[in-house]
Amino acid sequence: MNVVVCVKLVPDPDSAGQLDATTHRLRRDLAEPVLDPGDEVGVEAGLRLVEAHGGEVRVVSMGPERALDAVRKALAMGAARGVLVTDDGLAGSDALTTAKVLAAAIGREPFDVVVTAIESTDGYSGIVPQALAELLAVPAVTFATDVASDGTALTVTRQTETGSETVRADLPCVLSVTARVNEPRYPSLRGIMGARSKPMDRVTTAELGLEGVGGAAPGQTVVSVTAAEERGAGEVVNDDGEGAHRIVLLLAGARVI
Amino acid sequence: MTLGSVWVFAELSQGRPATGALELLTKARSLGAAAVEAVCFGPEAGDAVAELGRHGATTVRLSTDAAFAELLLGGPAADTLAALAALHRPDLILFAGTHAGRDVAGRLAAKLDAPVIANGLDIEVGGAITVTSAIFGATQLVRTEFGPRRPALAVFRPKSFPAAPAPGAAAPRIVEVAAVIQDHHRRARVVHRSTEVAAGPRLEDAEVVVSGGRGIQDAGGFELLREVAELLHGAVGASRAVVDAGWAPYSLQVGQTGKTVKPAVYIACGISGAMQHTVGMRGAQKIVAINRDPQAPIFKLADLGIVGDALTVLRQLRDELRSRPG
Repeated sequence: MNVVVCVKLVPDPDSAGQLDATTHRLRRDLAEPVLDPGDEVGVEAGLRLVEAHGGEVRVVSMGPERALDAVRKALAMGAARGVLVTDDGLAGSDALTTAKVLAAAIGREPFDVVVTAIESTDGYSGIVPQALAELLAVPAVTFATDVASDGTALTVTRQTETGSETVRADLPCVLSVTARVNEPRYPSLRGIMGARSKPMDRVTTAELGLEGVGGAAPGQTVVSVTAAEERGAGEVVNDDGEGAHRIVLLLAGARVI
Repeated sequence: MTLGSVWVFAELSQGRPATGALELLTKARSLGAAAVEAVCFGPEAGDAVAELGRHGATTVRLSTDAAFAELLLGGPAADTLAALAALHRPDLILFAGTHAGRDVAGRLAAKLDAPVIANGLDIEVGGAITVTSAIFGATQLVRTEFGPRRPALAVFRPKSFPAAPAPGAAAPRIVEVAAVIQDHHRRARVVHRSTEVAAGPRLEDAEVVVSGGRGIQDAGGFELLREVAELLHGAVGASRAVVDAGWAPYSLQVGQTGKTVKPAVYIACGISGAMQHTVGMRGAQKIVAINRDPQAPIFKLADLGIVGDALTVLRQLRDELRSRPG
């Protein structure tokens, strides 16, 4: 089974993000960059598919040179090879541009399953997997909470607004996974050492035949970025046994009891 | 600028229009558009017409093709919408940021090569169509103008607008449309569907939400939340960490990838306050936080913060609520 996993280098989600006031782009210098935790789940899902059915996991990423760190971590977890699409012109790309670039990189070789997270931790437009599926002309089985395969099709349980549904999808398809599908493995020392000798390519948009794609989205312009109105911080007290009573007083003040 | 037709993609939820569609129709009425229309696909689409009309749709374009329920909605809905848009040229198509809304909007944007803005909170039409969207857990707001390319697509977070019927709305015109479905969509079929039914008010509608995070320690802690929520006639919520751990079903998740709630009182128990979570609850009128860690970011949002063990405080709260008269 040929599995492609899309990965992204993101600022550590445990630290607060910030946009540059003039360029309106994410300031990536403020937080330690890491492989998006959602993508670790994607890599794990891909590895489990190839461990059960043979084949290999190919990792595809888009980002600046240092996004190679995200690819490298996926290789250390067990992916066979990786490609990073990197190009100065891609800085600040929107969701649709991201999907176009990933689709072009993925489509260079045959694939059975393309695995993504449901959204990135930093940008979270939440529409890249679906746009990617459209560009690759395959079904998108999104928001998976459980994935099984017999080698020719996937059986996926997915979240819906009101519960869940089970989908049977013939390959090829795009699969977006929630953190619920698995517990990602830690790279072993052997995996980390072995990753150094795995193939890792860098390509430009021109090499993908995507001249003119990238940068600010052609159809839209950011006009301002402002801090949302802060909630006034209230009273913080140590629980001295009266905490529950204080909550009751607040509930009564809000007229809900 | 003058705005032509605005379309709202109306999802169905158990034979009714989903709340998000009614919210978007209500907002669409205020944009000064030449027409506000709803597009609704699914075997039960006919049942949704009256309510869509009451909320301001003057036309409902619908298909009751069974394929919309048998297949994943995203592909067939995007194909059919694309065909309709090519014919009728709406200026703007609005989506709720639900699972299905994202599935349809993402595919449609790629199909039409149309500009799309996600995580919208507000929209206004002046010299241009401008959407305000949330980033970094809604701590920062981005205003983005659409250029001249049409249609423009915008995806809004649930509860961005109140839903209200349009005074004196006439019954809408109904236009039945043929489903357009690319063959490859038929390779993915829904074989089973289940609905989680919770007792008490719906999470999105509850006046009080009692929500748990890692600090409630295990699935047993959730029982305590349920007891307290029941005493308050409220609903139980959960952080993503708790849902990922399997202590609570996804339908209770509050946050970026879950529900958005705006109750009168939100009680966050053992929730640190990651942006992923706070984006879904920062619109509550009053926020109470209980957490062991005095540095937890949730305290920055809280009207009342209690530094202590969530389970201990919840037990005392349950007991005090039980002992209250009436």
